Amino acid sequence: MSEGIAVNGYVSQQELEQSPGYPSQERLQQGPVVVIECPQEIPCNPCEEACPYQAITVGEPITNCPQLHEEKCIGCGVCIAQCPGLAIFLVDLTYSERLAAVAFPYEYLPLPEVGQKVTTVNRAGEPVCEGEVIKVMNAKANDRTPVITVSVPRKYATTVRSISCPGR
Amino acid sequence: MRAIDLAVVGAGPAGLVAAIEGAKRGCSTVVVDRNPKPGGQLIKQIHKFFGSREHQAGTRGVDIAQRLFREAQALGVTLMLGWDVYDIRPGRLEVVRTSFVELTSDRPAASLHGATKTESISSAKIVLATGAEENAIHFDGWTLPGVMGAGAAQTMINVWRVLPGNRVLMVGSGNVGLIVTYQLLQAGADVAAIVEAASKIGGYGVHAAKVRRAGVPILTTHTVVEARGDSRVTGAVVAQLDASWNPVPGSEKTFDVDTICVATGLRPNTRLASLAGCQLTNSSVLGGWVPIHNNQLETTVPGIYVAGDVSGIEEASTALEEGRLAGISAASSLGKSSACDEEEIRTIDERLRSLRGGPFCQPIQDAKQELVRIGESACPKE
Repeated sequence: MSEGIAVNGYVSQQELEQSPGYPSQERLQQGPVVVIECPQEIPCNPCEEACPYQAITVGEPITNCPQLHEEKCIGCGVCIAQCPGLAIFLVDLTYSERLAAVAFPYEYLPLPEVGQKVTTVNRAGEPVCEGEVIKVMNAKANDRTPVITVSVPRKYATTVRSISCPGR
Repeated sequence: MRAIDLAVVGAGPAGLVAAIEGAKRGCSTVVVDRNPKPGGQLIKQIHKFFGSREHQAGTRGVDIAQRLFREAQALGVTLMLGWDVYDIRPGRLEVVRTSFVELTSDRPAASLHGATKTESISSAKIVLATGAEENAIHFDGWTLPGVMGAGAAQTMINVWRVLPGNRVLMVGSGNVGLIVTYQLLQAGADVAAIVEAASKIGGYGVHAAKVRRAGVPILTTHTVVEARGDSRVTGAVVAQLDASWNPVPGSEKTFDVDTICVATGLRPNTRLASLAGCQLTNSSVLGGWVPIHNNQLETTVPGIYVAGDVSGIEEASTALEEGRLAGISAASSLGKSSACDEEEIRTIDERLRSLRGGPFCQPIQDAKQELVRIGESACPKE
């Protein structure tokens, strides 16, 4: 295998599409839905309990990959901060006519502010485009895992996964 | 002389849970740990844990340490923190107060003070939950200040809030290397790269993905060959490895770093188990020499049990389950059992089997089964 998460440290498109946590193209087009980028069989299941709509199941054994039931997912994003692997993202292709919204966990200081223009990055940490912070969720239930939402041109919604890290 | 039912060495997840289960069943219980704070390595694990709800998954390690500490205290467990075990025999521990004083704002320097104090503990049953130690690798300049274990760097940033350096090279891409890299970034350091001698990343992909999207490159089939600097690290030379793990001449790259963190695995801390006369066996999957034990986690020395990383390097989730099992086994061998012990042991076994599945953990399951197979003939029978 020349690419993929075990070699590059991030999921390949192929791994994503084969993973039970990835929504279909049709579902993505319909509005906000989570993308679970967790393709390896590791012993972990907090996402299953995090979802109030039973849209994520792991089951037995606990090493199963999380399965997204896309028809049940309303795109609330509650699961994002509950995933210890910080591997759940929210993609909304219907955010506006031109823009998509992408939400991701972000455990660095300083936190960006709503309205701030930021450099978005892809899974390899490479700059993608300028985005605007449209939401910063840091409720008590997040337990110090803030969730940031940025708006980006729609074509970047499947590549943008964070913003540039302050330390680097 | 203090005479008790159950003495636990190590106040990490396995040790605290073993003590909790023992105390719940009416054992007078003491936990001895050389560190000033309870929780073992949990106190520097600021990330949310994997596993399931029973293993407090989704909770940060440092918060799990607090919960376990409070639960143990509420059950009347005596915690001897800052005490080191210097001798062990079946049924008997000799301990010495290490007088390590915690750094506080009004006491900014570590100090050793007071007369050395020793004590003997007579205990019907002993659980060794002594954890693990970091492996070192050797390269030119490896003794320079600035070269340290990744665990040491993690203690500095997360327990003492001190940055070990500004720019770091991480050696090793197992979960420790990946997680400590992430936490160095969170603490404000830059990590120039992670080097990994193998052709694949050792730890979980999701941990790797966190540092990759922060922009940290992971160089597989690469290792560190030299730490540069006269009085401290000023750079690191990294080389590619060929199929036989030898550096490829001409492939050297120099990184401008002031710190090199070594995360090349852990090995069980079996010193006390050896001293007590427990038979050990070697298992590369479990991290090296491990005490042979039966399926109740009793070693070849009657009355001495093991739990957690000392019996094979795994995760906090499995350490919690093993601690539970060791505590229940030790208590029940003293006739202090509870009605649902059998049911509970069955649940623990199921959870351990489930945790030890999948491509990362199945080899551990096999190695543990082999250990127990040896143990069933070498260890005492009920």
